[in-house]
Amino acid sequence: MSSPSDATAHDAHPHEHPSYVQHHFDTAAQQYDTAKLGMWVFIATEILMFGGLFVAYALMKAREPDVFIAGHHYLNKEMGALNTVVLLFSSLTAALAVRSSQLGKRNETSAWLVTTILCACVFLVVKYFEYSHKIEEGLLPGRYFGHPFFDMSAAPAFHEALPSRANMFFGLYFIMTGLHGLHVLIGMGILSWVLLRNIRGEFSAEYFTAVDLGALYWHLVDLVWIYLFPLLYLIG
Amino acid sequence: MSTHDEATLNTNYLTATKGWKSWAFTLDHKRIGLMYLVFVLAAFLAGGIFALLVRTELMSHGPTIVSGPTYNKLFTLHGAIMVFLFIIPSIPASLGNFILPIQLGAKDVAFPKLNLLSFYVYLCGATLTLLSIAHGSVDTGWTFYTPYSLQDPEAATKVLYMTLGVFVLGFSSILTGLNFLVSIHKLRAPGLTWTRLPLFIWGMYATSIMQVLATPVLAITLLMLVFERVFGLGIFDPKLGGDPILFQHFFWFYSHPAVYIMIVPGMAVVSELFATFSRRVIFGYFAVAMSSLGLALVGFIVWAHHMFTSGMSEFANMLFSALTFLVAIPSGVKVFNWTATLYKGSISFAPPMLYALAFLFLFTIGGLTGLFLGTLNTDIHLHDTYFVVAHFHYVMMGGTVIGFIGGLLYWWPKMTGKMYHFGGATVGAWLTFIGFNVTFLSQFVLGSRGMPRRYYDYLPEFESLHRVSTFGAYILASGLFTTAGVLIHSLAKGRAAGRNPWGSVALEWKTQTPPVFQNFEQTPIITKGPYDYHLASDEELVEDLYAPDAAE
Ligand SMILES: [Cu+2]
Repeated sequence: MSSPSDATAHDAHPHEHPSYVQHHFDTAAQQYDTAKLGMWVFIATEILMFGGLFVAYALMKAREPDVFIAGHHYLNKEMGALNTVVLLFSSLTAALAVRSSQLGKRNETSAWLVTTILCACVFLVVKYFEYSHKIEEGLLPGRYFGHPFFDMSAAPAFHEALPSRANMFFGLYFIMTGLHGLHVLIGMGILSWVLLRNIRGEFSAEYFTAVDLGALYWHLVDLVWIYLFPLLYLIG
Repeated sequence: MSTHDEATLNTNYLTATKGWKSWAFTLDHKRIGLMYLVFVLAAFLAGGIFALLVRTELMSHGPTIVSGPTYNKLFTLHGAIMVFLFIIPSIPASLGNFILPIQLGAKDVAFPKLNLLSFYVYLCGATLTLLSIAHGSVDTGWTFYTPYSLQDPEAATKVLYMTLGVFVLGFSSILTGLNFLVSIHKLRAPGLTWTRLPLFIWGMYATSIMQVLATPVLAITLLMLVFERVFGLGIFDPKLGGDPILFQHFFWFYSHPAVYIMIVPGMAVVSELFATFSRRVIFGYFAVAMSSLGLALVGFIVWAHHMFTSGMSEFANMLFSALTFLVAIPSGVKVFNWTATLYKGSISFAPPMLYALAFLFLFTIGGLTGLFLGTLNTDIHLHDTYFVVAHFHYVMMGGTVIGFIGGLLYWWPKMTGKMYHFGGATVGAWLTFIGFNVTFLSQFVLGSRGMPRRYYDYLPEFESLHRVSTFGAYILASGLFTTAGVLIHSLAKGRAAGRNPWGSVALEWKTQTPPVFQNFEQTPIITKGPYDYHLASDEELVEDLYAPDAAE
C-alpha cells in the first residue's frame, strides 16, 4: 500500500496521495499505524479506569466476603450468562466485519456490523430487565437500599437474608455494570457511525481504518464484561 | 486540512486564515497551543490572586481580611486552580502543543481533531469549576479527602461541580498525552531517530505516559466520590462503613504521578535552555533522556508517602519510604548532568537562561527537602506543616512554573514573531527569584518550628516569619507582573524577531518566525543530534535576534 516513492522526505507535492490520507501524514500506512496505536493507547486508559473499580471491588470483597456472597445470590445468573454469550458472539461478528472490509466486500461488512449492533441491543434489553427488577426489589445502592423505585418516603423493605452492607455490593454492581453499559452505548454509536460510512462507500480494501478501530473498541467492551460477569454473578 | 492550498500552507500561521472561526475551529497545533496559553495564563492569574489573598490574610496574627470559612475556600481554590487548570496543562498543552510537532519535523500532531477537542474539554472543565465557585465554592483542600468532601450536606452541589470539573479536566489531559505519545512514535521526520530526539520531546514522552496511565484512575476515583456523595455508597465514607484511607490511596495513585506530570515538563524545557545558552551538547544526553522515563516509572510506586500519618501499616510505611528514595536517582542524574553541561560551556545570560539557572537552584532545594519528608521519622514531625508547603512550592513553582516561564520566554519569539525587551525580562526574572525565595525559605523555618499548614490563624511567635513570607509573595507577584508586562509590551511594540534569535541548532529554529501553517515548507531531513554545536557551521550559530527587514 505504500510505494517507496511517496515516502520520500522532500516530496514537494503533498497532495498527490489518496484522498483519505490526511495532509499531515506522508503515507496511508503511516496514517493507519498512527490511528491503530492511538486506539491501543486509548484502550490502555480505559483498562486503567476500570482497573480502579476492580481494585475497589477486590479490597471490599477481601474485607467483607459475606456481603458479596449474600448479595450475588440476588443477581440473575441466567441473564448474565445470556449476555456473556451475546457479547462474545458480537465480538466474533465485529472481527468478521473487519475481515470482510479488508477484502473490500462492502455489503458483507454492513451485514456483520448490523449483526454486531443488534447484539449490543439485545445486551442492553437484557440489562434493562435486570435493572428494572433490581429497582422494583429495592436492591439499590447506598441509602436507597430497601427503597423500591428510589422512593425514600415509603417504609424500607429489606430482604431478610441480606446484611445491611449489601447496599455497598449493589452500589458496586450498579457502578461497574453501569459504566460498562455506557461503554456498550458508546460502542453502538461508534459502530453505527462506521456502518454509515461503510454504506456511503468510504472504505475499501486499501482503507478500512475506522472499521478496524471500531471493532477493536468493541472487543474492549466485551473484554471488560468477561471479567465483570464472573466477579459479580459467579462468586458463590 | 487538505482543503488549504499550497500558498496558505506556506504562509505565517497567524495570518494564513482569518476570522474568529479560523481560530475557534482550527486544527493547527500552533493555534491550539496559543489558545491554551491564553487560558492557562488566565488560570495562573486567578490562582495567583487567591495566593496573594491567602498570604495577606496570614500577614498578621488573628483575623486580617477574611473570615475563617472564606480562608478555607481561598486556599482550596488556589490549590485546585493552580494544579488542575494551570500547572498540569501549562507546559504540555501550551508550549508542548506548539513546539513538539515542530521539533518532530511534523506538520501537526497525530490527531488534530482530538487536540482541538482536548482544548474544549479543558474549557468545559474550567466552566464547571467556575460554577462551583459561583455556588459558593468548596473548602475541602485540593485533595477532596473523604470524609471532608462528604460531610457538609449544604456543600453537595459545589463539591459535585468541582469534582466533575476536575474529572472533565482529566480527559483533556489524557487526550493531550495520547496525542503526544502517538505523535512521537509515528510522526518523526526522516532521520529523527530516538537518540536524536530533543530532550524536550523525551520529557513530553515520559509525561504523556503518566498522563495516559494515571489520569484514568483519578477519573474513576472522582466518579466513585460522586456516587458516594449522591447515593451514599459506603466505600469511602467511614460513617457508612467505608474506608477513607482507600480514597487517599486512589487519590495519590494519580496525584503523585501528577507531581511528575508537572515537574518533568519543566525539566524538559530547561534541558533545551541549558543546551542553547551554553552552546553545548547536553552532558549525558542519554542518561537525561532515560531519567525522565525513570521518573515516570518510579512515580507510580511511591504514592503512599503522602500518607505516613494516615494510619497505614508499619510495613507499608517502611516500604513506601524506601521506594521514595529511588526518586533521588533520576532527579540527581538530571541535576548533575545539567551542571556538567554548564562546565566549559559558552554561557549567555539571556532571560530564558536566567530561569533555567533559577530552576537548577530551586529544584535542587525542593528535591533535597523532599528527603526529609520521605524519611519516616522526620516526616512524622514535618507532616502537614509549612515545611511541606515550602517543599512542594519549590518543586511545583520553583521547578515547573519557573521552567514554564523560561520556556515561554525562549519560544515566545517563535510563537508570536515578536522580540521582547531584555532588560525588563531580566528585572522580572530577578524579582521573581528573590521574591520566591523570601516567600518560601521562611516557610521551611515556620514548618520546622511546627506551624501547621491550612490554618487560618497561628501563635503570635510565628507572626514575624509569616510577615516575611507575605512580603516575599508581593515581591514575587511584582516579578511576575513585570514579566507579563514585558511580554504584552512586545506584542504591541516589540520588534519582529529573527528566525533563530538564540543561535540554537535545534530544529524548531530552522523554520520561519513565526512558522508557516504546515511548519516546514519541505519536510526536514535530520542528519545530526539536537545539540550538536560542535558540528554546526558558524552560520547556523548566528543569533539573529531581529528579523533583517524589521524597521524600527
Ligand atoms: Cu508524592
